Amino acid sequence: MIKSAKTKMGDWVFVFICILVALICVIPMLNLLARSLSSADHLIRHDVYLLPKGLNFDAYKKVLGDPKYLRSFAWTAFLTLAGTLISLTMTTLCAYPLIFEGLKGKGFINILITITMFFNAGTIPNYLLMKQLGLLNNPLVLLIPSCLSVYNMIIMRSFFYGIPDSLRESAEIDGASFFQILVKIYLPLSKPVFATLALFYAVGRWNGYSDALMYITEAKYYPLQLLLYNILNNINSVEIAAQEGFTQPGLSDSLKAATVMFSTIPILMIYPWLQKYFIAGVTLGAVKE
Amino acid sequence: MSKVKVPKKKTNWGAYLRRYWQLYFLLLLPIVYFLVFKYKPMEFIMIAFKEYKIGKSVWEMPWAANNGMKYFIKAFKNKDFIRSIRNTVTLNLFDLVVGFPAPIIFALILNELVLKRFKKVVQTIAYMPHFLSWVIIYSLALQIFAPTNGLINVLITNLGGEAIPFLNESKHWVATYIGLGVWQNFGWGSIVYLAAIAGINPELYEAASVDGAGRFKKMWHITLPGIKSTIVVLLIMNLGGIMGGGFDRPFAMRNTLVLDVAEVLPTFVYINGIKGLQFSLTTAVGLFQSVVGVFFLLSANWISRKLGERGIW
Repeated sequence: MIKSAKTKMGDWVFVFICILVALICVIPMLNLLARSLSSADHLIRHDVYLLPKGLNFDAYKKVLGDPKYLRSFAWTAFLTLAGTLISLTMTTLCAYPLIFEGLKGKGFINILITITMFFNAGTIPNYLLMKQLGLLNNPLVLLIPSCLSVYNMIIMRSFFYGIPDSLRESAEIDGASFFQILVKIYLPLSKPVFATLALFYAVGRWNGYSDALMYITEAKYYPLQLLLYNILNNINSVEIAAQEGFTQPGLSDSLKAATVMFSTIPILMIYPWLQKYFIAGVTLGAVKE
Repeated sequence: MSKVKVPKKKTNWGAYLRRYWQLYFLLLLPIVYFLVFKYKPMEFIMIAFKEYKIGKSVWEMPWAANNGMKYFIKAFKNKDFIRSIRNTVTLNLFDLVVGFPAPIIFALILNELVLKRFKKVVQTIAYMPHFLSWVIIYSLALQIFAPTNGLINVLITNLGGEAIPFLNESKHWVATYIGLGVWQNFGWGSIVYLAAIAGINPELYEAASVDGAGRFKKMWHITLPGIKSTIVVLLIMNLGGIMGGGFDRPFAMRNTLVLDVAEVLPTFVYINGIKGLQFSLTTAVGLFQSVVGVFFLLSANWISRKLGERGIW
């Protein structure tokens, strides 16, 4: 099709808008990176924009030499890994049986699950439950109470529905049990949905801080985001500042930037590779049965 | 899938269970999870109507005065609570008015891009903010908007202007809060619309081109109607959530200078409940929020059905 000059012109307008939008997304990150790599003098003079001035890696060296930060980083990485594994298992356990038409009580279980999407007991009842279960200040509280998301379960179930019934039926004729069908047919075909949900759960755990804020008071169990929150709000500043220079003007700026940068890098490195999966996942979640 | 009604046969329970017990076994943990972590805490909702006593079970606690309504009355006499309701609704409404159309507009723009590679790069970049936590987004906001050393204010003061109090004056804070919400979500939110656009029959566009329809005519008469039902469903969900909202965003962004506009129900409950130990009061507040939220959601769903659209269930 031959395009008119007007149409071509229009194409460029849209390209221009998109470049602008992309810049708005990227500039804060560039500024963060620049600050983390700049010298204290420049930061005090407020003349660091998108490129580092007085390039140095001192802030990163400080962050990497800070046992408290490293500990929290490793702890959060562990929580993320463990949490994602638990969540994927639970999600599969919940989604798979519910695709069988013949399952008695399926309607009831669906209602039981759906209600929880719309009505939550509330912050305080949940808090009192954790207290009753002895989960306050217990690291398990960061793994178990949020281990199953109904939204993600629906995504996985939609994906399972998309696997042809004929595959399952032929296996059933061959005498395969439901366990065998899950392990031999469904799991091997479900890599895309596992990739998507692993990303969703991992991001949720890596970025989450409200559960730790409410249920954990012992600093050694703080996940990274809560530690960051405290640093940014100068909570515990006395303790941190004493050793690490968090109140020294300029240095404090680059230290904060390096800390934030370091906490963001893992996710920024992973998500672009999973783009095609999570797009499919979000789309699946939006489709109603 | 064909759904032929089979006349009900008597179930042979023995055979049924021999085959299906495995599915129930798999469901065991998830069901226990829902019962323990979603239904068990509902028992504690009762303390909204009772006097909270440490060390006693909910059932043993004495009923609160005024037929158990004491703490609801107390809540509505509490200025902070009224302020929190107002702020919750206001911020959610702004989110709806500004934040809801943004992903739709972005999807329409992306759809006009001819170069697929370029489109993909723009998408990847636009999805990035969704993967940042609110703590990190707030720290980025500090860098850009802080009064003395924020990027924008440094530029403004260098040009001889006066710094804008983006984060420490109420009106500006609201604008920043809403703006950051859009920033975080416009890309991610566009995924659903792009999928809906991809499902539109391409012949419609060809026919329209033959008829001489321009870019915007096609957008208006084909693309938008094609994604209308997606828009409506998401709009309902958003309307239903007008009393809701998460905790992470308002809590990460609140500061003492702007509490008159920044305190919302979830942060009110945290501050007065978990920090302030007023369990009965804050449970009442939480219950109020849940019930009103469910009411909004049901109403929005009902309206959408009346309008002939599919509801969310």
